[in-house]
Amino acid sequence: MSKKVLVLGEVREGSLRNVSFEAIAAAKKVSGNGEVVGVLIGDAVANLAGELIKYGADRVVTVEHPHLKQYTSDGFSQAFMAVADQEQPEAIVFGHTALGKDLSPKLASKLQSGLVSDVTDIEGADASALFIRPIYSGKAFEKVQVKEGLVFVTVRPNNIAPLAKDESRTGDISSISVDITNLRTIIKEVVRKSTEGVDLSEAKVVVAGGRGVKSEEGFEPLKELANVLGGAIGASRGACDADYCDYSLQIGQTGKVVTPDLYIAAGISGAIQHLAGMSNSKVIVAINKDPEASIFKVADYGIVGDLFEVIPMLTEEFKKLLVNA
Amino acid sequence: MNIYVLVKRTFDTEEKIVVTGGVIQEDGAEFIINPYDEYAIEEAIQVRDAQGGEVTVVTIGGEDAEKQLRTALAMGADKAVLINTEDDLDELDQFSAAYILAEYLKDKDADLILGGNVAIDGGSGQVGPRVAELLGMNYVTTITKLEIDGKTAKIVRDVEGDSEVLEAELPLLVTAQQGLNEPRYPSLPGIMKAKKKPLETLELDDLDIDEDDVEVKTTTVEIYLPPQKAAGRVLEGDLSDQVKELVNLLHSEAKVV
Ligand SMILES: Cc1cc2nc3c(=O)[nH]c(=O)nc-3n(C[C@H](O)[C@H](O)[C@H](O)COP(=O)(O)OP(=O)(O)OC[C@H]3O[C@@H](n4cnc5c(N)ncnc54)[C@H](O)[C@@H]3O)c2cc1C
Ligand SMILES: Cc1cc2nc3c(=O)[nH]c(=O)nc-3n(C[C@H](O)[C@H](O)[C@H](O)COP(=O)(O)OP(=O)(O)OC[C@H]3O[C@@H](n4cnc5c(N)ncnc54)[C@H](O)[C@@H]3O)c2cc1C
Repeated sequence: MSKKVLVLGEVREGSLRNVSFEAIAAAKKVSGNGEVVGVLIGDAVANLAGELIKYGADRVVTVEHPHLKQYTSDGFSQAFMAVADQEQPEAIVFGHTALGKDLSPKLASKLQSGLVSDVTDIEGADASALFIRPIYSGKAFEKVQVKEGLVFVTVRPNNIAPLAKDESRTGDISSISVDITNLRTIIKEVVRKSTEGVDLSEAKVVVAGGRGVKSEEGFEPLKELANVLGGAIGASRGACDADYCDYSLQIGQTGKVVTPDLYIAAGISGAIQHLAGMSNSKVIVAINKDPEASIFKVADYGIVGDLFEVIPMLTEEFKKLLVNA
Repeated sequence: MNIYVLVKRTFDTEEKIVVTGGVIQEDGAEFIINPYDEYAIEEAIQVRDAQGGEVTVVTIGGEDAEKQLRTALAMGADKAVLINTEDDLDELDQFSAAYILAEYLKDKDADLILGGNVAIDGGSGQVGPRVAELLGMNYVTTITKLEIDGKTAKIVRDVEGDSEVLEAELPLLVTAQQGLNEPRYPSLPGIMKAKKKPLETLELDDLDIDEDDVEVKTTTVEIYLPPQKAAGRVLEGDLSDQVKELVNLLHSEAKVV
């Protein structure tokens, strides 16, 4: 049985997030040969509809309202429910982002449905589809089946490959007008702290520092390397506890879980709680002066040495490579 | 202030996970309060101490979860409630867990409900927002700062590394992010006192919940461990050669740069 699937296109600073294209690819799988409908919610987002279609959506429904300029669970749930009422989907796919995590349980509750969160892979399609997701922060995985009703999933960034962009694809773009009222949360201010716009959970490259970095300034060489590679900075709890960086950078069982293509761990010993947050990265590089450090057990490549020597050399070497590329 | 904290018992973060016959082995494993729920308990105690009122910690689980509830009482919570589903239910998913918690909370006139933003075992982060929605209550997730001023909560929340400063009226449900506070350790007098604090056990019947109402929507069909990584390569030789080799390997062999 083919399904009609709604996919939320998540907009940040005027562009669609990559995870939304990954969500479309996931939706295609779930839909069988059904229809994938992109949903855009915001104050001025309709201009992005074409891009969702080029990445595989069959058509797009937009909801625009001045009160949707900033995300609130009340505003976005009213908008999304209006689309769901009109479209009566059999499945819904979101990205497992801050927004997706905040909004999807509220909607699942309204729709009285299950919700499979943080999916990293999908086996099969249609009713028998199995959703693979990490449990125990990546120390194990489970396969989940939806027993009844709507299939609602959120997909973890960086795990399901997006479809190739097809410039020739076209599709219908329609809009729904919704009265957005009674917003119970008032956002006063947003303080940007993350590095250079590269989001930790979506970054293809993460350069992470631990207690071995020794100070706030000690993160500077790591930041340079991350900049050269277009990556994001992460940290161990050791570094966060020591106040070398903000807790929002913490990776691990009680921090963020990341799965970049390349994870560079510098001055991190590799405690089990840290490994839980990064060991499913595609390629792991460890730089540590202690050859016995546990981080080497999960690293694909390791250099035993002083990070303050190794990191700047690496930065220079990558610069050379990327200039030639 | 009438404050409730949703608490989950989880594996200790030090534990390795062992799967036998498709089931995660619990024998001999250490259990703790979900670390994010510890922040929630600490915050609840601080709000109560500043504003007056009472903190009740609530968990769904088996008899074993009494230990974590006693720990919460020893930290300073006033009352504990164990909703024991062991005899009634074989399966629980986020839909059913939230339903049970909301049925318990619906007539409690809570001003503030706190939970963790995610349980480190199940890891869905659904239960808090689901409970709020079932109660018709507003919620704010992943908070790192909470200030109560009359009926208004002034909150900072972590949004993928950025901070959102916001305000919302009580009643409200919030979920804790790391950085919210520094959870206290139970003191010895706290542990002694906790033994005398009320710990109520309820079953689905006591909440007028029918087993059909909490039929799961999703079910786990398989649990497995991630493939063991083959031992990596520690490079050797002159440091500058190692660096060159590494860049080369990442570019040509691993193809990630
Ligand atoms: C409930 C709980 C939850 C936790 N959650 C997390 C979590 O989510 N994430 C997390 O990371 N941790 C977590 N931890 C903490 C974890 O147990 C470790 O304490 C922490 O990861 C250690 O951080 P670290 O590796 O930076 O520090 P350390 O273990 O002190 O390691 C520092 C490393 O740096 C190396 N080093 C020092 N100087 C240099 C140099 N100049 N060049 C190269 N190498 C150098 C040393 O050899 C050492 O290996 C948690 C702990 C608990 C109890
Ligand atoms: C493989 C697997 C098998 C399971 N089998 C069973 C089973 O047979 N029986 C069973 O009872 N459970 C079982 N569970 C647990 C159950 O599915 C979850 O506890 C529940 O659905 C909550 O989901 P979560 O862990 O994703 O919590 P999240 O939504 O990530 O939790 C967020 C917050 O909600 C609150 N919260 C979550 N769970 C509880 C709770 N139980 N009590 C109070 N507050 C809570 C806490 O504040 C927590 O920090 C199983 C879980 C897994 C992963």
